[in-house]
Amino acid sequence: MKKLLGLLAGTALAANVAFADDSTLTIAYNVSLPSWDATVGVSAVNPTIQSIYKSVYDQYIDQNPDLTFRPGLLTEWGWNEDRSKVFMEVREGASWHNGDPVTPADVVWSLERAGKEETGNPIQFLWSTLGNFTVDGNRIEADVLRFDPTIFKWMAFLTAYVLPKDYYTEVGAEGFEKAPIGSGPYMVDEYVANSFVRLKRYDEYWGGAPEFETVIFKFLPDASARVAEVETGASDITLEIPYEEYDRLAAKDGLNGVTTPVSDIGMIFINDVGVMEDANVRKAAAHAINKDLIVDRLLRGYGVPIDTLQAPEYAAFTAETTVAYDPEKSRELLAASGYSTDNPVKFKIQTTRGFKPKDYEMIQAVTGMWKRVGIEAEIEVYEIAKHFDLRARDALAPAAFYNWGNSIGDPSTSTGFSMFGPSPHSTWDTEDVDAMIGPLWGEGDEDARIAGYQEVDAYIAENAMVIPLLQFVQPIIYRDGLSVTPHVANFLLPQNVSSN
Amino acid sequence: MARLLVTIGSIFLTLLGVSVVIFVILRLVPGDPISMMLPPGATDEVRANLERLYGLDKSIPAQYVIWLRNVAWLDFGMSTQFRLPVMEIILDRLPATLELVLLASLIALVLAFAFSILAVWLQVDSATLAIDGLAGLAQAIPDFLWALIFILAVTLFAPMMPISGRFDPRTAQDFTTNFYLLEALVTFRLDAFAELMRHAVLPALALGLPLAAGITRVLKGALEEAMAQDYVMLAQTKGKSRLAIVLGEALRNAMIPTIALTSVQLTFLIGGTVLIERQFSWPGIGSTAISAVINRDLPLIQGIVLVFALIFILINLASNELYRAADPRLRTAR
Repeated sequence: MKKLLGLLAGTALAANVAFADDSTLTIAYNVSLPSWDATVGVSAVNPTIQSIYKSVYDQYIDQNPDLTFRPGLLTEWGWNEDRSKVFMEVREGASWHNGDPVTPADVVWSLERAGKEETGNPIQFLWSTLGNFTVDGNRIEADVLRFDPTIFKWMAFLTAYVLPKDYYTEVGAEGFEKAPIGSGPYMVDEYVANSFVRLKRYDEYWGGAPEFETVIFKFLPDASARVAEVETGASDITLEIPYEEYDRLAAKDGLNGVTTPVSDIGMIFINDVGVMEDANVRKAAAHAINKDLIVDRLLRGYGVPIDTLQAPEYAAFTAETTVAYDPEKSRELLAASGYSTDNPVKFKIQTTRGFKPKDYEMIQAVTGMWKRVGIEAEIEVYEIAKHFDLRARDALAPAAFYNWGNSIGDPSTSTGFSMFGPSPHSTWDTEDVDAMIGPLWGEGDEDARIAGYQEVDAYIAENAMVIPLLQFVQPIIYRDGLSVTPHVANFLLPQNVSSN
Repeated sequence: MARLLVTIGSIFLTLLGVSVVIFVILRLVPGDPISMMLPPGATDEVRANLERLYGLDKSIPAQYVIWLRNVAWLDFGMSTQFRLPVMEIILDRLPATLELVLLASLIALVLAFAFSILAVWLQVDSATLAIDGLAGLAQAIPDFLWALIFILAVTLFAPMMPISGRFDPRTAQDFTTNFYLLEALVTFRLDAFAELMRHAVLPALALGLPLAAGITRVLKGALEEAMAQDYVMLAQTKGKSRLAIVLGEALRNAMIPTIALTSVQLTFLIGGTVLIERQFSWPGIGSTAISAVINRDLPLIQGIVLVFALIFILINLASNELYRAADPRLRTAR
């Protein structure tokens, strides 16, 4: 017993020493990584785990922290003049974690695999727009089977990872899950599902070996555990904590904080059913919300009020489209439709609770503001899985809160997919909006495409077909001695963390 | 022999019933795995393709028959989330949960027996009041709240205590089984055992405290009742000390209601691992169950529910046998 007690004390001391180890970066991370195939299944389209994928794998095209694009495993890319072909130049000098070189064959195999229905890539519909690949040296050419102006932006987005053809073919899908290799800055050293993953620096990384020899992502879905981890020094850095805790920890000795607006939009979907077919009701609902107050009071200033589905960092953002907070106008609009505070218009609003910071509280505040002008909204709390299900079946309530991520910042992946009727993600479903968005899917002139979406956004804002609320802000807490570059795409990348 | 056959038959029937209920419920509640993985821009064809790929395009009875046929060969399907066979995932993570439950039960039993015997032995009002108060407090606070309290306490008073995982992720592990604690103990790797215990003690305490309180209340009551029986007076007249009477005479009789309660509470304790494992990032079957539910990983949920059901059945069977062993009337009853 005496020996055991001694050992208990000894391990505590050993752990203490480990905390001061500058070659290891420990991240208290908010979600767990279920699968190592970043191109297939539920994980592949989960934006919150892309930081881990991006540490291990390379994407075809990469993104800077401000969302601008930069070369990944492709150094050059583009279309021919009539847009019937694409070309891609594969980087020289990149290698897999087993030492094999990354070749154009790997890139072609990854794209072809992603485009096959039987692979189960959720973005298969997009990857299958390219075909008939040919390789000449490091240059790949392919036929454009269906033109999509955003194909290269998607090459920096969900499921756009290059996997090793020979290794994957040799070990198979299950073998790859158990021993994944990529060409990214870190190699998988040990992975315990629902607990942690330990990564080792890949010294041969084409972009230069990253600073930390070891990176540990601890999977801690509980925010209080993440706070405790960073506060006790067991982890060096954490994110996605309550803003109250962020303010407290950032002011503490030995800890620092950084916040950045990220590519997550808090919005209220409007379903074109029942009372929401009345434009006066929709507009009244939109004008009655004081977004500044919500950001200031509920989110302690950590949020950016928005009036379209474009955040300031997105390609189609324009400050010209605004929706004013004007409760008097709301009352007038409702009166025109026969509603008042004595005879309120009634509908249901659905929201998650705890899925995003203060989501339920925000909707409580919104319904409070609505009540003052003559809107009585009944709140229904649902799980995010139910939201997805209802949205896919176009069965959401007349109003429904949701968080829309769009890390490539393209308007097609915000306004396009959320407002175009035939999209399974759209709740609004009217011919006028579809007629405006429809031609933009195949618009080859980028300036015209962006301008087109700006017009759509203005039209949607004017008619209150969706109510964008705010752009979320990501709070990151880290220990003294570190320097952190936050990423607007909401990634916490160990390669963007360095020692002072 | 006949009793054994009846027992095995009832186990199979119960599991079959559970499998039907869980299979149907999972397919009727809103939120399906395909909706979870539909990306922006996915068309109806994409949805249909994914449904076909995951076998969700068939009717519920047809899906059930296929699944049951595979389960008969111990093939629970592939996890949509982990992309590994369900059976492999369960076998990989169940040991962590079993060790946690075992440790929590041990803590609960030690605390409960110690406090109950102490209270009945001392017969001091203040001590009894204090033990009753502590038991009341421990029972009133649910396990997940204890977890939060411990996490907060670590932040304030014991920053060196780990609050996540089964072991320090900075160290490589070389265990041959997934029963790390037991393996470290039987192979006399005391340093590894100590490190594992440091990680396990807080989640086990959070799980075990409410159970300890429940057992304490019942055991203490049963001991007090037993101490008022004639045979205790007889023992006193023989000059036995009070502690010897409590341990030697009353405890055996007090065990019967305690066993009944402990077996029921143990099933709650296993259910409690779902939240506790998530809070402490304990890589067991409980935290896996939560992520399976969140991601609508139907094959994995079905597999885990069946395993939980089997564990509950086995606990009940074990408690029946213990009950029979403790109560001679049941052994001789026909």
